[in-house]
Amino acid sequence: MDALRSGAVGSVDAHAGPRPSDLTLRLGRTGDLPAAATALVGPHAMALATIVATDETATPEGDLKVRYVFEPTVPGAPDRFVTLLVSVDAAHPEVPSLTKAVPAANWHEREMHDLFGIVPVGHPDPRALVVHDGWPRGVFPLRKAFDGSRRVPVEPADEFPHLVAEGEGVFEIPVGPIHAGIIEPGHFRFTSVGETVLHLDARLFYTHRGLEKRMEGLAPLDAFYVAERICGVCSVAHGLGYCEALEQIAGVDAPPRARLIRSIALELERLYNHVGDVGNICAGASFHYGTATGLRLKERLQQMNERLAGNRFLRGLVVPGGVRLDLPDNLLEVMVATLRDTLTGLDSLMGRIEGNPSVVDRLDDTGVLQHQAALDLAVAGVAARSSGVDRDARRDHPHGAFADPGRPDLHVVTVSEGDAMARVTVRAVEARESIRLVGEFVRRLEPGPLRVALAEPLPGGRIGISAIESARGEAVHWLRTDAGGRVERYHLRSPSYHNWPAVALAAETAIVPDFPLVNKSFELCYSCTDR
Amino acid sequence: MLRILINALRTGVVTTRYPAEPSMPPDRFRGAPVLRPGSHLPPPAVCPTGALTEHFDAGRRHVALDLARCVFCGRCAEDPWAGAVAMGRDFELAARSRADLRIEVVADGPAVPAAEPAPDPDAEAARAASEIHRVLGRSLHLRHLDAGSCNACDWELSALLNPVYDVRRLGIDFVASPRHADGVVVTGPVTRNLETAVRRTVEAIPDPRIVIAVGACAASGGIVGESYASAGGVDKVLPVDVYIPGCPPRPQAIIFGILVALGRLDARRPPRDEKREKPASK
Repeated sequence: MDALRSGAVGSVDAHAGPRPSDLTLRLGRTGDLPAAATALVGPHAMALATIVATDETATPEGDLKVRYVFEPTVPGAPDRFVTLLVSVDAAHPEVPSLTKAVPAANWHEREMHDLFGIVPVGHPDPRALVVHDGWPRGVFPLRKAFDGSRRVPVEPADEFPHLVAEGEGVFEIPVGPIHAGIIEPGHFRFTSVGETVLHLDARLFYTHRGLEKRMEGLAPLDAFYVAERICGVCSVAHGLGYCEALEQIAGVDAPPRARLIRSIALELERLYNHVGDVGNICAGASFHYGTATGLRLKERLQQMNERLAGNRFLRGLVVPGGVRLDLPDNLLEVMVATLRDTLTGLDSLMGRIEGNPSVVDRLDDTGVLQHQAALDLAVAGVAARSSGVDRDARRDHPHGAFADPGRPDLHVVTVSEGDAMARVTVRAVEARESIRLVGEFVRRLEPGPLRVALAEPLPGGRIGISAIESARGEAVHWLRTDAGGRVERYHLRSPSYHNWPAVALAAETAIVPDFPLVNKSFELCYSCTDR
Repeated sequence: MLRILINALRTGVVTTRYPAEPSMPPDRFRGAPVLRPGSHLPPPAVCPTGALTEHFDAGRRHVALDLARCVFCGRCAEDPWAGAVAMGRDFELAARSRADLRIEVVADGPAVPAAEPAPDPDAEAARAASEIHRVLGRSLHLRHLDAGSCNACDWELSALLNPVYDVRRLGIDFVASPRHADGVVVTGPVTRNLETAVRRTVEAIPDPRIVIAVGACAASGGIVGESYASAGGVDKVLPVDVYIPGCPPRPQAIIFGILVALGRLDARRPPRDEKREKPASK
């Protein structure tokens, strides 16, 4: 901590925060940013967690602020976020771009440009990211002066500006945003020679719903219902991340029984996703028995979710202050029996996959993500652990029941191959681990309260930060209340946000017909990337 | 290979018989909220999507619930309003018009029947249904169109193709191209970034075509509402034939809605009798 404090380049102020274990370094000049960030990712082995811009022009400081939040990457390092805070002149909003030194900053900086008008000077790829189709110039939707409640007219779709390669036999394949299957929308521009992918340019943010703006000005207890609905398959993770950030601000802890039920819900969410993903990867490899089996197992889990929470995506279980519903013994019995059958079914399915040479051949060496690329892009979750990056927010930023002293051990599994097969294997191992963990949490359940009240209005001007290991990987939530205790700014950095650029890299090691397989092996959400 | 065959035979048939046999959701399922007339109904501010509204008529407080906006979070049925609102288990909620998704009661007074929908649009809807039934028969090929959903509705649509729901047994299928489709199922509130793609996809479907809005966002804007980034519902951009409430609707609710669109099942009507008012027993 002291080394961080004293070694920071250009720091004019250092204080603990947002949480007592965290450190915020205020830089005197924006020009010191690249050197300060390079020191964090280099000697201190930290990774970019998120970048949050805020419009504080209405405050006495009258500026825009950008917070660059970093986190340790070394297993066993203390749970700490280090924030580099810079003040940006609202009249000339410019900051030096970090993307060349910290590649993971790429999309964050483009988003900050689109939504706040803060220019990352020297950015290698300054195309618009979030706003499409004739978005009016000079209009920045997350500035406080912008009224976000009105529709902005749509102009005819503009051509997607992308890298153009020329040469004999080089051609382009445009795909999307509307796809042939039942999947989320995104546009992929393949540049290929024959079957070989030379380059993949992905354009996302088609599902940008303006949800961060939507939450601003709401009472934090109302805004929860928006956070829970940012993403369907991350409903528990994002609901929980929002709640933990909010509970920090309110200065309350969810009761122990509620924390255990939250962790059970989080593992159940991981489980139905991982099991379904293994099935969907089989679809990408044209192994229909595997697809049908994976979907059948997932369906059984979602039917169980409906019995436990009244919703197949477990919505309505986690709420600010604790949980809304208890898990009584009769439902715990249903759950344990379902998980036992799921384990048997998953083991059998994995046996069929691993014993089927034509499936293994499709998965082996397909869509390789190199270890260094995974580190540079701050890739999260299964994709990171399949490329040898030993990170898991359940261990690195304990949440739910993992924050309790009597927590169970968590086995974080990493493999080094970085291909589609590795991502299938890691999912299967993690699914088994989730089933084991649920058993551990159930054993620790003691009778007790489910919920503590959060007194409204909440304290003003406070920041809450949390990191949750969702099925896709670490999601970082950043929440600040205004003077009246309402939501002033909420920002979600989803795991998919950091992983999408990795999909494009991995696809460049593959052939065009394998792209669906590569994509499914990462299985990323568009909705929590686009928000 | 033999193992696969043995496993498949051992698994047996897992497919549901819905809708030939009814589906009873589990006890905790949150379906259409049941408002008890004459009780202390919650204020509109309780609802995170603005599905609850109130107005005063001759000095009496009327509370209305728009099922198209409802995200079934259950907040209005929590203390201190648990006695006034209960989350029912009715999930077969698809309707041909937004008006049919409105439930209205008089708070602190006796029940009044919900406003009867105007007869003309009703007849119009019936005519449209019979025309669709005549042209498309009993089978329907649909194109999925994600117009900015959170992916929950999308996953429920893909669940329709899993071995449990297997909607192909009902003559329903999802096709890859709008050119091959009889209609479209839309999820999401229609984001600004997808509005052009949504219009073009629907225009590519041959007439007559069915537009089904799946889930609260598509039906009304839901939790997203109308904003710089969102149109606030499919019917802001396109005419909608059938609305399927839910956040997300469970797979059986989507099957019900698609069969309503085909004219094979009757749509939800505003509750008129006591039967529908009965809350689910816990």
